[in-house]
Amino acid sequence: MARLVMFAILAVVILASAVFCVSTKRIMRAATGLLFVLFGVAGLYFLLDYTFLGAAQISIYAGGITMMYIFAIQLVSKRTLQGLSERWLGKRTFLAAFIALVGVATVILVLLKNQFINILTGNENALANEITMDIVGKTLMSADKYGYVLPFEFISVFLLACIIGGLVILNKNKKEESK
Amino acid sequence: MIPVEYFFILSGLLFFIGVFGFVTRRNLVAMLISVELVLNSVDINFAAFNRLLFPGGYEGMFFTLFSIGVSAAESAVALAIIINVYRHFHSDQVNSIENMKL
Repeated sequence: MARLVMFAILAVVILASAVFCVSTKRIMRAATGLLFVLFGVAGLYFLLDYTFLGAAQISIYAGGITMMYIFAIQLVSKRTLQGLSERWLGKRTFLAAFIALVGVATVILVLLKNQFINILTGNENALANEITMDIVGKTLMSADKYGYVLPFEFISVFLLACIIGGLVILNKNKKEESK
Repeated sequence: MIPVEYFFILSGLLFFIGVFGFVTRRNLVAMLISVELVLNSVDINFAAFNRLLFPGGYEGMFFTLFSIGVSAAESAVALAIIINVYRHFHSDQVNSIENMKL
């Protein structure tokens, strides 16, 4: 019951911040809304006893990505910060809202009406065990059947590629300007 | 014990709030913020599927972990591109980008 109350509070926070994030006119407020959505999702992970995942969510998303967005917003445009360039789109807003409503109705209908959930639920003690750091580290580094050493290595190469790509993209213009 | 359907409803709503923002926004950074909402809704689904339906395995948790890492890298590169576009076109609206080069 306590978990259900916590879930309700987190869901309200997440959905309200998400709606605020997509509907506000000022870009900095949208970033703040995103920050609260990320904190709410981290709370959901803690609620599911994924403590490592919640910590990673807070440190990577809320700590890193949001800071990067705020820096980018400050670097990009002064007019957007003051809410001058985001204008009312008229009919297209209603069209987008209609698409979103149709989509959410379809997805929720499919997720609720299919049968495999009914077969699988009934695990009453699903929330009893927390995944320890021991298991996380050993699974990430093992090459056995349920090991993740290959995606782990791939993602490190991928991060390196992204660092180099970002630096190259940002530095190219500077050289052209100095010439 | 939370019914797993509540997680589905929450993540479906969050996903389509993100889609709505992606369609209506005209600012590149704001569109990227909407994409982050979509990615987070998918992460919620991964974690809820794993914990509430298949509590014996760890696949959902590790996929969420990898998804967080990939989205961090993706938003870093996307922001680099957006800053570059702003230097190039002196605007951060999508309408202003019609050609790859000036």
